Amino acid sequence: MSAIIEVRGLVKTYKSGDSELNALDGVSFSAERGEFVAIMGPSGSGKSTAMNMIGCLDSPTSGEYILDGRDVSKLSRDELARIRNVTLGFIFQGFNLLPRLSALDNTVLPLVYAGVSAKERKERARKALERVGLSSRMKHRPNQLSGGQQQRVAIARALVGEAPIILADEPTGNLDTRTSLEVMDLLCGINGEGRTVILVTHEPDIAEYASRVIRFRDGRIEEDIRQTPKRAA
Amino acid sequence: MFEVFRTAISSLWANKTRSVLTMLGVVIGVAAVIAMVAVGNGASTQMEDVVSGFGVNMIMIRPGAPNQGGVRMGAGSGARLTLSDIEAIEQECWSIKAVAPQISTGAQIIYENRNWSASVTGTTAGFFEIRDYQAELGRLLDDDDARAAAKVAVLGSTVAKELFGGMDPLGRSVRIRNIPFEVVGVLASKGQSAMGPDQDDIVVIPITTAQRRLSRNTFADSINMAFVQARDVSMIESAMDEIAGLLRQRHRISRGAEDDFSLGNMTDVVNSLSQVTRVMTLLLGSVASISLVVGGIGIMNIMLVSVTERTREIGVRMAIGARAFDIRIQFLLEAMLLSLIGGATGILIGYGTSVGISQILKWPTHVSGGAVALAAGFSCFVGVFFGFYPAWKASALRPIDALRFE
Repeated sequence: MSAIIEVRGLVKTYKSGDSELNALDGVSFSAERGEFVAIMGPSGSGKSTAMNMIGCLDSPTSGEYILDGRDVSKLSRDELARIRNVTLGFIFQGFNLLPRLSALDNTVLPLVYAGVSAKERKERARKALERVGLSSRMKHRPNQLSGGQQQRVAIARALVGEAPIILADEPTGNLDTRTSLEVMDLLCGINGEGRTVILVTHEPDIAEYASRVIRFRDGRIEEDIRQTPKRAA
Repeated sequence: MFEVFRTAISSLWANKTRSVLTMLGVVIGVAAVIAMVAVGNGASTQMEDVVSGFGVNMIMIRPGAPNQGGVRMGAGSGARLTLSDIEAIEQECWSIKAVAPQISTGAQIIYENRNWSASVTGTTAGFFEIRDYQAELGRLLDDDDARAAAKVAVLGSTVAKELFGGMDPLGRSVRIRNIPFEVVGVLASKGQSAMGPDQDDIVVIPITTAQRRLSRNTFADSINMAFVQARDVSMIESAMDEIAGLLRQRHRISRGAEDDFSLGNMTDVVNSLSQVTRVMTLLLGSVASISLVVGGIGIMNIMLVSVTERTREIGVRMAIGARAFDIRIQFLLEAMLLSLIGGATGILIGYGTSVGISQILKWPTHVSGGAVALAAGFSCFVGVFFGFYPAWKASALRPIDALRFE
């Protein structure tokens, strides 16, 4: 297996007034294709910052990030947008669906930016929504859906572009236990198809589904353990 | 591209009230430009009508020196202009097309128990051609009437209405200074002239009849004034020279002495009038353009608010792969749609307004293609120009900042 994500000496410094804060202080790790990595740590440990770097939403102060063989730190804004569109699929804690669009239109959106034809993207979006079990809710708007359903729309949106890497930032943070399990079930299934899943969470029972747990503390990696994942019930 | 268009429409639709209010600035601006320019153009057109009705190639001859300064005697004192002068001009001057000598006097026109005060003009057949009068009923005067000094009259439409109401005046007898005249024709209405008087409030009789029957002038051959029509506008100068030369010769004015007549033409008046209307059109247009600029700033304002409000949406779009260009085009398109729809509405309203103005105020308006094109072009420009900054601002956001925006 080859490393799909490789991070070396990542530093992110925030300035507030005169003092500088290193949110990331020399983080290095790599993830293999098909791995299910849970990133854990208390708030302020740098796990979310690391996730934003991996997701190409933010750029590091220094350090190297090689994603699927490309040095991301040297890419232009538009090239980064392309990577976010094609290589990465995002799932957020707050779902981040566009409120005015239906579930279907939300799911279609990444394909619009990828330049896929209208007919094909509708077809693919429909399949993605079926996959997450929302075929009966395609015309509903986010405010007509429950939290769990909204998160499943977001998962469909992350899947529709066939991205090899799925990044989930506290995907169960706003959900109750039962719907959290449904979401984790879906993520395990996605991982089972060979996609790499990176999951940020502070809930230990959520992290149990991962094959590897990386713990952050004060901007550094505290421990990096491989484990036998708990299979979804 | 269609997708972007749909997004823009749905986003504008989602904020209907706001979109409409934003557009209002452009609507008013464009409508104002079009209506104002239409009014200005209408003024020019009307002036052209007046001038062609009165004639740019018209020369006016009056007895008396052009300058009546100091202690010198007033106009008409001693100086005379006679019918034979005018006949000589008609025969000898090459640059002229028609002449119309005129004796005008105010008189009470009486028909049975009704009477009306009007200007009575004694003139020749050329008058109708030069002043562009048509017969509505009956006929105009001809040379036979002049030769016979016939007691016939052609009434202006105002006079005909006042004296006869709805009756047919043809063949009836009206009295002017107690002399009976047979009505042989009624003139088609020309309306108010821009210079003032009602052009329909006249009675036209043969000049010979006027000289013999009505004139109080001791010199029976005298006339008040004459209109001469040059063959062409470009010939006005030469016609004036010819007329002046001929009259000086006929009046035996020695070299160096002043003319005992004065010549005038409309060109100077026309030039200064068109200068005035041009300045007016320009002024109205530029005042209206200011409201377009203000409208544009309104659009920018709303787009900036919209960018701030939708920062999170921008972040989400960026996270799932929107390039800066995609974001920029989305906001730009919204701004352009606002100004285009506003512009189109403004054109309709502006057109309606100018039609309304001409209906209600009886002021001719002329919606020019140029003004419409200018307004449409300007509203596009407003959309792009004032939409660009908010669009650029949105696209320059860092994805993470946009996503985290609360």
